Amino acid sequence: MSGLALIDYGAGNLRSVHNALAAVGAESVAVTDDPDAVRAADRIILPGVGAFGAAMVQLRAIPGMVEALDETVRAGGRPFLGVCVGMQLMAEWGEEHGTHRGLGWLRGTVAPIRPADRRARVPHMGWNDVAPAAPHPLFEPGEAYFLHGYAFTPEPDAEGCVLAATDHGGPVVAAVGVGSAVGVQFHPEKSQGYGLSFLRRFLDWRP
Amino acid sequence: MTVRVRVIPCLDVADGRVVKGVNFVDLADAGDPVKAARAYDAAGADELCFLDITASHEARGTLLGVVERTAAVAFMPLTVGGGVWSVEDARALLLAGADKVAVNSAAVARPELVAEMAERFGSQCVVASVDARATTPGRWEIFTHGGRRATGIDAVAHARRLAALGAGELLVTSMDRDGTRDGYDLLLTRAVADAVDVPVVASGGVGALEHLVEGVRDGGAAAVLAASIFHFGRHTVAEAHDALRAAGFPVRRH
Repeated sequence: MSGLALIDYGAGNLRSVHNALAAVGAESVAVTDDPDAVRAADRIILPGVGAFGAAMVQLRAIPGMVEALDETVRAGGRPFLGVCVGMQLMAEWGEEHGTHRGLGWLRGTVAPIRPADRRARVPHMGWNDVAPAAPHPLFEPGEAYFLHGYAFTPEPDAEGCVLAATDHGGPVVAAVGVGSAVGVQFHPEKSQGYGLSFLRRFLDWRP
Repeated sequence: MTVRVRVIPCLDVADGRVVKGVNFVDLADAGDPVKAARAYDAAGADELCFLDITASHEARGTLLGVVERTAAVAFMPLTVGGGVWSVEDARALLLAGADKVAVNSAAVARPELVAEMAERFGSQCVVASVDARATTPGRWEIFTHGGRRATGIDAVAHARRLAALGAGELLVTSMDRDGTRDGYDLLLTRAVADAVDVPVVASGGVGALEHLVEGVRDGGAAAVLAASIFHFGRHTVAEAHDALRAAGFPVRRH
């Protein structure tokens, strides 16, 4: 199979991501839970909402899926996009309802947002800035919709993986990347024009 | 800047149709929630809220169909509430394309549902309604059945409990003000906002743009919900954003 593999592991936003991809004219999108389809795909999207641990359990419940993702992403070259919890799973660790091992592509931990400014309420819910750390073909400055109570923090020597930030009573990671894999904390499928433009750029991206 | 104040048009839906209709643009079918959602998407609403007031449980499939069709054409955040009594009800709405699910009566009858939903889907998906009436000055009580039935439950204590159980947002509606156009019950909104750390949505009573500003400034709300001022074209979402911006609050650009 070529084309885009949209991974079906029970994520609540699967349909919304699929809808948004259709709206930007994505061709040959396969909603799949087949590890071989992931290995053969040109592009991969891992959606996700909800709790880190529960999402990781659902992903591991598909025999061979974690291995297929790991091989493909570590080999590099093919664009991968993780959305929200799909992005968080790229981390080594998640601390939502217990400590859970993630996919481990990013050195760091997903932990509760603890704003330095106490007026900032958690969950971080609503439209906020996406401020690219440096020029990047995928990330334009703009406003996107965030909906999360936990956020990724890189290890001090791994901060280079942060591609964009936002601010919620202090800096919050908005996008990460390693090789040809990127992840966004915001919801492009729910970010109207900004989100659809981002997905269009991802579909055209040749890292 | 920081997270923007959200302006949320709310559509009451019954048997798959918008109650009273939406007339701010020339829609061929003013009662079609999907067309209304598209219009609000185009108008730059920050989120949209569907509250299903269908009486019968049999009509749930109709609501799911509306959510599915909406999510296929409107790429904006959608909260859906009404008739959610179980984790499975919530899951069906999320899979259909809702981003957040609001629990109303069930959060009164069985508050543990909020905890079950938070554990399964994360707090960020769980909105708990706080429908209240003032009983004595400075005290509000939770009412159910559209504000007709008293429960004896203190509204602020209930709000605190729902947040502690894992609600990620509280939708605070003054049943005294709902439909009056006199503005939010700002003391109620503020009392709840001060009692919890999660975002509070002010609801019930908006008749003018100034009421939205008051909801944030005086009520401490993170988001303002309104229905008729938008549906009947008295004001646009852009005007709501302008009023909030003029008052010094962060809002989205148009």
